[in-house]
Amino acid sequence: MNQTLTRYHTPCALVGILCLFLIAGLAGCGPETGSRESAPAIATEDDQQPTTPASPELVSETETVDLTSCDGEQTVTVDQSLTGKHLADALMDQWQRDHPGRDWVAEEKQAHAFKPPADNSGLLEGDQGEGQAYGNYTKQDILIWARETEKLVAEGSRIFHSGDELGSTVGVSCDMCHPHASNTHPETYPKFQTQLGRVALLRDMIDWCVENPVRGAHMDLDGPKMRALEAYIMAQRKGVAMDYGKH
Amino acid sequence: MATYKSVETRYLEEREELFRGLRNLDRRSFLKVSAAAVGAAAGLAAPHSFTPVTVAQEEDAASEGPASEGPGGESFRFAYISDSHLYERHVNDRFVRGLLRGVDDVNRLDPQPDFVVYGGDLAQLGQVKELELGAEILKNLKAPLKIMVGEHDWYLDMGQKWQELFGEPTYSFDHKGVHFVVLNSVVEKDFWTDRNLTPMQRMRTVAGLDNGLQSSFTVGEPQRKWLEEDLADLPDDARVIVFSHSPLYKLYKPWNFWTDDAEEVQAILQRFKQVTVIHGHTHQLLTNRIGNIHFHGLLSTAWPWPYAPEGMPELTIEMSRPDPFSATDGCGDGEVQVHPDGLVDKVYSLWNRNPITVSRTYMASMGKQDVPPIPNRPSY
Ligand SMILES: [Fe+2]
Ligand SMILES: [Fe+2]
Repeated sequence: MNQTLTRYHTPCALVGILCLFLIAGLAGCGPETGSRESAPAIATEDDQQPTTPASPELVSETETVDLTSCDGEQTVTVDQSLTGKHLADALMDQWQRDHPGRDWVAEEKQAHAFKPPADNSGLLEGDQGEGQAYGNYTKQDILIWARETEKLVAEGSRIFHSGDELGSTVGVSCDMCHPHASNTHPETYPKFQTQLGRVALLRDMIDWCVENPVRGAHMDLDGPKMRALEAYIMAQRKGVAMDYGKH
Repeated sequence: MATYKSVETRYLEEREELFRGLRNLDRRSFLKVSAAAVGAAAGLAAPHSFTPVTVAQEEDAASEGPASEGPGGESFRFAYISDSHLYERHVNDRFVRGLLRGVDDVNRLDPQPDFVVYGGDLAQLGQVKELELGAEILKNLKAPLKIMVGEHDWYLDMGQKWQELFGEPTYSFDHKGVHFVVLNSVVEKDFWTDRNLTPMQRMRTVAGLDNGLQSSFTVGEPQRKWLEEDLADLPDDARVIVFSHSPLYKLYKPWNFWTDDAEEVQAILQRFKQVTVIHGHTHQLLTNRIGNIHFHGLLSTAWPWPYAPEGMPELTIEMSRPDPFSATDGCGDGEVQVHPDGLVDKVYSLWNRNPITVSRTYMASMGKQDVPPIPNRPSY
């Protein structure tokens, strides 16, 4: 029940500072935050850091400087002649080396090739929303929808492919019988599951599989892991007609 | 009044008992343990599963085969077991039971097959204890063992332990006038050095059937050269059977149901009047024919794979989709009957179903005669 929502610690303050440096260079994005679901980028009390810009501190007479991020967690030694964006890049490179899981969505996508969400860019064409707020979309809206949706699917893919995440006691994960979620046929639910003697939803079958072949614990049917698994399995059947009750 | 025991309790008790029995596994105790394993598996499965069916042999067909064609060798039979994907015994007992059952099935064949071919993926993560456990169980086969290597056996230590136990993965032998060739078809080009992967990370990447970070299977130049030389002295009408873990054709790349240099290998086999390729890896009933080359897949003792979503060979009659509520449905082992003309009948001994034979007449007639049963529960 107590699912940890943030897998990779993101030094928000650091990202903020880097953004100051990289206004043009990175379009204000910073690195992929790697938080699950949609962890808001609001600093908690623990994250509160002095907001003074990271200023290069001269530490020796030689021709290098130690550059420290404002949260004090990142220090990089660079050539003194470096300025502006180059300094920020050096610090960012270091941060990226220290956070190997930062691109987990991209990595998951590369490893398991899950299907992309629908392309909604057509909504930006023509008249926008006829003067009402709903329907007045920007390119940023479209990007956020895709990115957030994809992130949930990526999380589902990660769990689907991991016996540890599924809590398997026998080293079994879903992909061992269902590569790319094949033969999961989410479009056929709800249906009368003859072996259970009742009507089952997709989540009932996911839970059954996790308890039986996977030999894990009964899942919280509304928990974050179930939501993510459902998202991934549905995403993989993109384009298939719904046909509930099909045997 | 009897004490109530939950499914979980009974499962754990049976598992304990199985492992107690495995500790001293000589041939005599093996027979006992494997019988218990089958019983335990049956007790756990859904109520509509039933005991394995003993395959009726087509002895008559074998003895009166058309000896007019080819060099007219003897007819004989070999058995197969494949893709057991063993973890260490304390991690997963279901897969151990699967292999025990396979060995038990083959040992009960009467008369005994001339030899048993193991189709690769003996281990799940190529670990020493997994491979040793597999070797220990396979030692109980009454008939001689011929084994090929699978990707799950190889990519932790790049075949070191496997070769220590079983020798070279590439070899050939002659049996009753048939030339058998065994290839290592799971050679992948290096994807791990650049990514800085540990041996276990490399192994896990390859172990994921749908993991796109790995490369494709190949036989590779050195083995192709070896193959050419190995076959050089054989006449064009020689009876040739090839064992490879992956199908030696291109079916579905995302799952490595695929061999990247398949065309080159096929070209080497092209001059023979007929060749049979028997492969593991696909864990399903799978049939193909490319010119003179007939391809047959093997069943797994661990789990069935779904069929590839595209590119299925025309000759394949898919087996009905497996019942997830029966832990061994879609799994099995089987036999291959080699006829005097060099063609084979391929028997899929499915554990929870009637056996299915893909006959040489079906292959020779390009699917017009002796069509295997069409499933009533096709893939979604
Ligand atoms: Fe396999
Ligand atoms: Fe394999």
